[in-house]
Amino acid sequence: MKMIKNSLNRFIPERINGQKQIPFKGVDKFISRGRIVNPPIRTCSEYPADGNKVVKSLKDALKKAGLKDGMTISTHHHLRNGDQLTNILFDTIHSMGVKNIRWFPSASFPCHSYLIRYLRDGTIHHIEGSMNGPLGKFTTEGKMKGVGILRSHGGRYQSIQDGEVHIDIAVIAAPTADPFGNANGVNGKSACGGLGFALADSEYADKVIVVTDNLVPFPCVPWQIQGNNVDYVVQVDSLGDSSKIVSGTTEMTKSPDRLLIAEYIAKFMDEVGIVKDGFSYQAGAGGTNLAVILFLKEIMKAKGIKARFIRGGSTKYLVELMQEGLTDYILDGQTFDLDGVRSMRDNPNHVMTSPFTSYNYHGKGNFASMVDAAILGATEVDVNFNANVVSHSDGYLLHGIGGWQNCLYSKCTIIAVPSFRDRIPVILDEVTTLCGPGELIDVIVTERGIAINPKRKDLLNAVRNSSLPIRSIKEIQKEVYEICGGVPAKPNVNKKKVVAVVKWVDGTVIDSIYKVIT
Amino acid sequence: MLGVKKGSAGKCGNNVRSDCFVEIELTKGKGIKSSLQSKVNSMYGQDINDLIITMCDFFEIKHAEILVEDNGALPFTLAARFEAAYKKLRPDDTREFLPSMNKNNYYLTQKDRMRRSRLYLPGNEPKFYTNAGLHKPDGIILDLEDSVSPSEKDSARYLVRNALCSVDFYGAERMVRINQLPMGLNDLKFVVPHNVHVILIPKCESSITVKDVEEEINMIKAMNNISAEIYLMPIIESALGVVKSYEIAAASDKVCALAVGLEDYTADLGVERTNEGRESLYARSAIVNAAKAAGVQAIDTVFSDVNDMEGLRASVLEAKSLGFEGKGCIHPRQIQVVHDAFAPSEKEIEKAKKIVLAFSEAEKNGLGVVSLGSKMIDAPVVKRAQHTIELAILNSLLDKNWNK
Repeated sequence: MKMIKNSLNRFIPERINGQKQIPFKGVDKFISRGRIVNPPIRTCSEYPADGNKVVKSLKDALKKAGLKDGMTISTHHHLRNGDQLTNILFDTIHSMGVKNIRWFPSASFPCHSYLIRYLRDGTIHHIEGSMNGPLGKFTTEGKMKGVGILRSHGGRYQSIQDGEVHIDIAVIAAPTADPFGNANGVNGKSACGGLGFALADSEYADKVIVVTDNLVPFPCVPWQIQGNNVDYVVQVDSLGDSSKIVSGTTEMTKSPDRLLIAEYIAKFMDEVGIVKDGFSYQAGAGGTNLAVILFLKEIMKAKGIKARFIRGGSTKYLVELMQEGLTDYILDGQTFDLDGVRSMRDNPNHVMTSPFTSYNYHGKGNFASMVDAAILGATEVDVNFNANVVSHSDGYLLHGIGGWQNCLYSKCTIIAVPSFRDRIPVILDEVTTLCGPGELIDVIVTERGIAINPKRKDLLNAVRNSSLPIRSIKEIQKEVYEICGGVPAKPNVNKKKVVAVVKWVDGTVIDSIYKVIT
Repeated sequence: MLGVKKGSAGKCGNNVRSDCFVEIELTKGKGIKSSLQSKVNSMYGQDINDLIITMCDFFEIKHAEILVEDNGALPFTLAARFEAAYKKLRPDDTREFLPSMNKNNYYLTQKDRMRRSRLYLPGNEPKFYTNAGLHKPDGIILDLEDSVSPSEKDSARYLVRNALCSVDFYGAERMVRINQLPMGLNDLKFVVPHNVHVILIPKCESSITVKDVEEEINMIKAMNNISAEIYLMPIIESALGVVKSYEIAAASDKVCALAVGLEDYTADLGVERTNEGRESLYARSAIVNAAKAAGVQAIDTVFSDVNDMEGLRASVLEAKSLGFEGKGCIHPRQIQVVHDAFAPSEKEIEKAKKIVLAFSEAEKNGLGVVSLGSKMIDAPVVKRAQHTIELAILNSLLDKNWNK
């Protein structure tokens, strides 16, 4: 494997799974030209005139779709950890004797550790998506046949649009669908919210199969997935475990240290002048993030400030904010709890949006860079403000990227992290895996202090007389190293064996993940 | 204890965080065999193994099988667990393996310092230690008494000792609640040599208890050449204690405050503890009165519903109106609420400013008598005004250079 160095001095393979790669060149430095790819021409006369595209089984649909060795199959994570369809899909592919599939999920969950058997026996060649939990362990220990590729939600869309990934067959789990293929995620026993992450696949894949456990007569309304893009519809008894598909409620953190971080963030946003009439903000569902909403709310109420819009990740906390008149709109890309689902249904100012209004690298602008602030987590950060969100300090893959990289483009990107976890320091000299370049990260907030990126002189000026604990990142790092007992050893990995790479939002390779020596 | 071959301390299991389990079995021959399982193995595995070897050398353990299951324990915890396990095998070994003193931990305290909030930390739960001071309580209590089960008392002593050395308290007053006497007397040698500021004496019912603790402290101080003052905070938790509260408060000039503990007190009366607290009004007033009579602070009990911040605030305001100057906290998020509620009102601050200014004016002019308008102001009033100003500055209600 020939390695080359990218602009962040990270080594990346020149070729991955046979495809030539472009090394990361810097934020917004790589501009692709050419044309957005097109799906093959289809002709409506080749489809049933009565609109009934139902076939008798998933196997039947896959056969008709021309499934063969080495194809790319995409799935989506709307059913979260309750998804059983993906596992059934690969049972079927396996039973058909097909091998070397490139699995292209929008994300994976612990329930997909079932698929390790198909990674072992060669049914799946490699994963391009996220590799969490047991799948991450399997990958990092070098057991996957191909090299994994991790992309952000936006990066996944980019890779489909510019032809980096060609999807042969998209399999879309639909909590409700009609025989024509119109589908949504808001109705039915497996209701999960929106189906936004399957939009690209429904438009660009060669063949699209909708699988539902709630087949209704035409029309299925609303149709988040348009039947005009769908080839086959399959009815099954169950898509998965509905109790794990959507959590009834999201819970705010009770940890005093995380609450302290959230309080610092809200106060910081206020002191630097972000919290003002008409501001906007990217919210999420993590415990610290939810707590920030509550602290912001207190400040907004006290000062009579109203936001123009909050970009969600919506939760009951955001819904309450709108009910109390503290924001004009919620622009929702993903609904996390039932209060969010209810509000979206009842309140016209709680707007369902495609996630790709924010996460679209090949769009004519996007929402992510328009919000005044975004608060994100990380597994590690380093003294140059680079951050890691996919791997653990022992070298193991842990999480997917989600929308994390895309949200880094906000006007003020704040990383909320504890300064250490148990005995694991979070601020390092160099992150284990570089997923977000420091030039996009403005502030790191820990329970031991707030570190501002030196390039943000405006923010540093704004807090010159603040009572907040503004400190240099190295000072916080030094204190934490003293607490933890010195500088931690680097992970024990084989630098010659790349098991996965992380892509930047533009399709270039930003870092490699290496085989852990066990 | 003769014949005991295996000693263990600490905790293991999936839900354990920032702690470890150490088991030591002394063997005949074969040297030291250790097996380490750690979630931070790749980062600090070598350091942990080095620590084990260092500690074996220190205690001259030549032949042993040592098992360490580590869930991210910090070095002070690892060392405490190892030592506790070893001392179960050799209880007569008086050598102590002490972590080096954190350079930020040498500060001293004062008898009349502010004690608005004191945060209780369970003595055998290391995960709460390191960040407690970040929440800025006036005091942090490492508790050896009610929060530690009888089987863990020994382990907790080593952990509390090591925490006093190693953990940065970020300026909070360093307090330890010892066990009820006589067991509590044995706790003292673990904490007195390590710059503890205040010893809390639970279930205090007699001046003799206070004197016993003071005597033991003095003995340990003398043995260790310690000159720093260590103050005492007796906790009154029984009907008899209330009756004896003045005698207790006046038992020693080292007593800095008298605290009340209402869980045990209401149990002693055989009544239910209510939010209104009518059943304890007498006791609380008696304790405030006894404390003031003896010239020490009166400190209120804890508020135990951590989710009810409004209730906490009301409870502090009530305590303040009775004459209490501090409140116990069992969760860091209670601290700010307590401080806010103890903060003086704008009117109180304005009045205090006038008094303090009049006092300094009188001092400048060499006058023995201070007057404000037509009123004479005596010393206790000036002192209270100064206290109000101090509180106002601490709560950012007044600039510290207000009189410049």
